[in-house]
Amino acid sequence: MAIIDLANPSRFLTFVNRVLPWLAAATLLLFVLGLYRAMGAPDDYQQGATVKIMFLHVPAAWLGMMGWGLMSVAALGTLVWRHPLADVAGKAAAPIGAAFTFICLVTGSLWGRPTWGTYWVWDARLTSMLVLLLLYLGVMALYWTAEDPGRGSRAAAVLSLVGAVNLPIIKFSVDWWNTLHQPASIFRMGGSAIAPSILWPLLIMAGAFTLLFFTLHLAAMRNEILRRRVRSMRMMQAQELAEAAE
Amino acid sequence: MNLGPHADFIVAAYAVTVFVVAALIAWVVLDYSAQRRILGDFEERGVTRRSRRSSQ
Repeated sequence: MAIIDLANPSRFLTFVNRVLPWLAAATLLLFVLGLYRAMGAPDDYQQGATVKIMFLHVPAAWLGMMGWGLMSVAALGTLVWRHPLADVAGKAAAPIGAAFTFICLVTGSLWGRPTWGTYWVWDARLTSMLVLLLLYLGVMALYWTAEDPGRGSRAAAVLSLVGAVNLPIIKFSVDWWNTLHQPASIFRMGGSAIAPSILWPLLIMAGAFTLLFFTLHLAAMRNEILRRRVRSMRMMQAQELAEAAE
Repeated sequence: MNLGPHADFIVAAYAVTVFVVAALIAWVVLDYSAQRRILGDFEERGVTRRSRRSSQ
């Protein structure tokens, strides 16, 4: 099957049904390995065992941002090419991205209390991440409350593109402003500042969370395609009933 | 495994993550079975999509 064939919803469903069990199994395996390595990782010399929260917090932050990036690309597909699968991809990614952003904020708060002495501070990194969660909720509201799904989708796509401005703000907030949140320590000039004994479990957990994201996203896209079929069949049935009554 | 004096924070972080991920999985699985059930009901009543009708 060529990649272009996947642009057809029926073929896409066949592809998802074939791929999903393998993706779910790979996700589970990587989580078992990641958690085993994470639980066996040494304590940090300053933070002690609370560094184990990083194995959840950092992947959740990356995926919260990646989810919005994916929605922005899908928004281009919706607004420029008006492709229905692009809209399906954007709508399916919103709750998953919101959930990962929520995990990032909660685990960060639980990490901040023993490390910084506070659950929350209005610094640029934390605030921009909270803005991302609010943007996710806004997009979900547009998708799910619009009376006309087409108009809701276009409005959500516009918000997805406008909200993408927040992604570089989140990434560079620790460089542009004086924040309590630490600066980048993994992807930075001069290499990672984290010891390999902690970095490797982190990267495996990030891989596991990424596979989980795509597994859930494909499954949610399949649900959305089926939901649209249900809607079109309901409308068709209502039209037939109206014609029969005339 | 000794989680030290801040064990509560570590356990709470993992518990919240497990809860949210479990909720996401449950949402996807339950939504799928709900949509399949509705589509099955339509097919039982002989309602089919236009694209399928034209291909038959």
